[in-house]
Amino acid sequence: MPELSKIPWPFLILSFISILCALYVVTSNSPIRSVLALILTFFSISAHYVMLNAQFLAIVNLIVYAGAIMVLFLFVLMLLNLNKETEPLKSNKWLIGAAVSAGLLLLVFTASIQTSSEHIMRHPEAGTGLVKSLGKVLFTDYLVPFELSGILFLAAMVGAVMLGKRDAANESDTEITGREEV
Amino acid sequence: MKPDSIFHTVEISHYIYLSCVLFCIGLFGVLFRRNAIVLLMCIELMLNAVNLLFTAFSSYMGDSSGQLFVFFVMVVAAAEAAVGLAILVMMFRNTRTTDVSFLSNLKG
Amino acid sequence: MMQNLALIILSPLAGFLITGLIGKRLPEKVTGWLGSLAVLVSFVLSISVFNQIAANPAGMHQKLFTFLSVGSLQIDFALQADRLTALMMLVVTGIGFLIHVYSIAYMHGDAGFYKFFAYLNLFVFNMLVLIMGANFLMLFFGWEGVGLCSYLLIGFWYENAEYGKAARKAFVMNRIGDLGLLLGLFLIIFEFGSLDYHTVFEAAARGDHNLGVITAICILLFVGAMGKSAQIPLYTWLPDAMAGPTPVSALIHAATMVTAGIYLVVRCNTLYHFAPVAQELILYVGIATSILAALIGLKQNDIKKVLAYSTVSQLGLMFVALGCGAYTAAMFHLTTHAFFKALLFLGSGSVIHGMGGEQDIRRMGALKASMPLTFWTFLIGTLAIAGFPFMSGFFSKDEILAEVFVHNKVVWALAVGSALLTSIYMLRLFFVTFLGSFRGTDEQKHHLHESPWMMTVPLAILAILSIGGGLLNLPEIVGGGMAHTLKHWLEPVTGKPAGEHAISHGTELALMGVAVAMLLGAWLYTRNKYQSKGVVPEADEAQEGTGRLLSHKFYVDEVYDAAIVQPVNTTGEILYEQADRKGIDRIVNALGNLWVWLGGLYKKVQNGNLEYYLIFMVAGLILIVGFNLFR
Repeated sequence: MPELSKIPWPFLILSFISILCALYVVTSNSPIRSVLALILTFFSISAHYVMLNAQFLAIVNLIVYAGAIMVLFLFVLMLLNLNKETEPLKSNKWLIGAAVSAGLLLLVFTASIQTSSEHIMRHPEAGTGLVKSLGKVLFTDYLVPFELSGILFLAAMVGAVMLGKRDAANESDTEITGREEV
Repeated sequence: MKPDSIFHTVEISHYIYLSCVLFCIGLFGVLFRRNAIVLLMCIELMLNAVNLLFTAFSSYMGDSSGQLFVFFVMVVAAAEAAVGLAILVMMFRNTRTTDVSFLSNLKG
Repeated sequence: MMQNLALIILSPLAGFLITGLIGKRLPEKVTGWLGSLAVLVSFVLSISVFNQIAANPAGMHQKLFTFLSVGSLQIDFALQADRLTALMMLVVTGIGFLIHVYSIAYMHGDAGFYKFFAYLNLFVFNMLVLIMGANFLMLFFGWEGVGLCSYLLIGFWYENAEYGKAARKAFVMNRIGDLGLLLGLFLIIFEFGSLDYHTVFEAAARGDHNLGVITAICILLFVGAMGKSAQIPLYTWLPDAMAGPTPVSALIHAATMVTAGIYLVVRCNTLYHFAPVAQELILYVGIATSILAALIGLKQNDIKKVLAYSTVSQLGLMFVALGCGAYTAAMFHLTTHAFFKALLFLGSGSVIHGMGGEQDIRRMGALKASMPLTFWTFLIGTLAIAGFPFMSGFFSKDEILAEVFVHNKVVWALAVGSALLTSIYMLRLFFVTFLGSFRGTDEQKHHLHESPWMMTVPLAILAILSIGGGLLNLPEIVGGGMAHTLKHWLEPVTGKPAGEHAISHGTELALMGVAVAMLLGAWLYTRNKYQSKGVVPEADEAQEGTGRLLSHKFYVDEVYDAAIVQPVNTTGEILYEQADRKGIDRIVNALGNLWVWLGGLYKKVQNGNLEYYLIFMVAGLILIVGFNLFR
């Protein structure tokens, strides 16, 4: 492990915020607070992207994740009025099990990083993260996956609409939600 | 500090450690929490950890492919969130709960 | 011109497909005539081929496609026509056509009318493949095909369980023979590396092959012939095969299919030339069958059973000829036999038709008045088979007897005895059925009528053939310059066996005299007994002594049942109880239970709880990464 003092402070602060917020997401009792903490995490990760010269990605991350996806989560929580519901937490057995599993995985990951040969890659090119270069690669090398992802979205949209549609037969006993979702 | 200079002071292993930690936190949440919506959020967190790793490698290697993969991960994440939340709404409508343990009732 | 060969077999096949697939929706007449037309086309084409062969003794050969190719062994789906084939083709398609026409009237009103014609056409197709195939595999193909058709047609009225059993018996007995044939084919491949007639016979004719192996091949092929041509010990299926409709008995179980064994031996005459042991075996089996079947025929009271045993007996006689190496005589008798036996069977069918399904000759009698045409044609058939001078059977049988006389005097005596018995049982059948007094019920008497023209015309044609069939191969003393037509015709196939016709004309005349005298004796004896005294054959149960033995067919069926069928059944049951139920079933069940038990263990993991699945997933992830780490 490199010494902490040699690491520049913006990285340290951003990492600290990310980890803290992520922990809060996981441990908070209220889903709303979890969502908000998650949005903060995403902001910090976007900041990391900026530091990594991936400016376009940073913006997209903010717009798509923090802006769209997380707002969707918020909508659902509010529409279903889920926040009031107190989630019955799992037993300590599960707490220990989950902690041990996650810890073990972290251990294994770090061990693999330690043992991997030290190829410190430093061939940054200033332009990699810019819209122009990204767009060029996206519409040449990755055109087919790009088109396919469009189809994936379409399928997801249709699926979400179908799932969210109220079942006519069940109309009478489903008055909990006020509106259609998605 | 200018963005360019970060490549000289921060090594890529730092980003790797950071994303590992975030990933494991997300994983812990998936294992520990019972609320389906929080579960989905934890999955988003794990995906973001992976995205961070992709971007770090991409920037350090000067190859934009890694960043493009982040886009595709986002596509999948967005689709997953939409469908997952729709399923969740459906489930809540029918069972009045978002507890994933309840889903064990689906067992035949 | 070369396409003719393929067309000949394709025409009945097309007939089979048409009558089989859409025959049910067509009117009876259309189906029947379509089926007959298909065979007629084959017949006409066969005549054209026959003419070409007459000019070109080498024969024709046509390869349609490669049937299979394994290593160095290549077998073609090829047809050939030489003089032997041409003769058989005419017999099969010609008589086949007549019997088809006959069947239109005979099967009238049957629920399975279209099926009957489909089967008949399929039979003709297979029979043609059998005789026209250019290699042993084609022969085997047709061999099995006709066996199948025989099975289907014997069990045609399958609602009757007895008929079904007869069909199965025929099939199983044929299978035993087929095994011999198949082993013979394997040996041929082993020895000659080919199944092609031309290659095999050419190689065999060089005479440098192991004679032991060739003898084994010949004996195995003869085992196949035994099954198909109903020789001892595999003959018992043929009398039972009379369960099928009478036209089937006429076509398959008298005129064509059962002669396939003769054809096989004649076709392989080059091989048999090098296997005198096998020839002797054929001779003895043939004569034993001939005598045995003729004896049994004496006491049968079912009109078709008599004819069936007569067929077995005559086939035995043909094998006797083959055993002497007299291939021409065998083929000659095969042809004339096809004429008069088909005639007799169709005549009996006409009688059965007129009597409303009655087959027991003790309930017939005095049918001469009401069925004149049937009477006269049946008389011609009877005289032909009994060897009335200058009719077909006279020449063909005498030729066999003459050949045997040269070859082996003891066998000749036995063959003469068999011929005598033939005259007796055939005349007995004739007298009891057509003369004397009517012994059926009043209803039957009222119902009695001559058959329609579609049945009587084939009878008439066959009667003419039965009379004139002898012209094919006249002996020298009668024919003079026209003598031995068939012999010369077949020479490209059978070669010129040395030492044939070593008897003088005087001896030959004496032999003919013996035959005629015997016929006369038999005529007087049976006429005296059955017409003048009006003796009616006793029922099977009332027989005593030798008669009882004969009417029970020497108890051969019972012996087979006790010696083979019962032990096999018992062994099967013991194996079923001990090995299958207690051994294999238990092992299989134990294996099944083991997996059910293991599944029960794993079932607990599949409890439907998402968390458990996730934990296991993460554990797997840790293991994978960890494994890579410490590798």
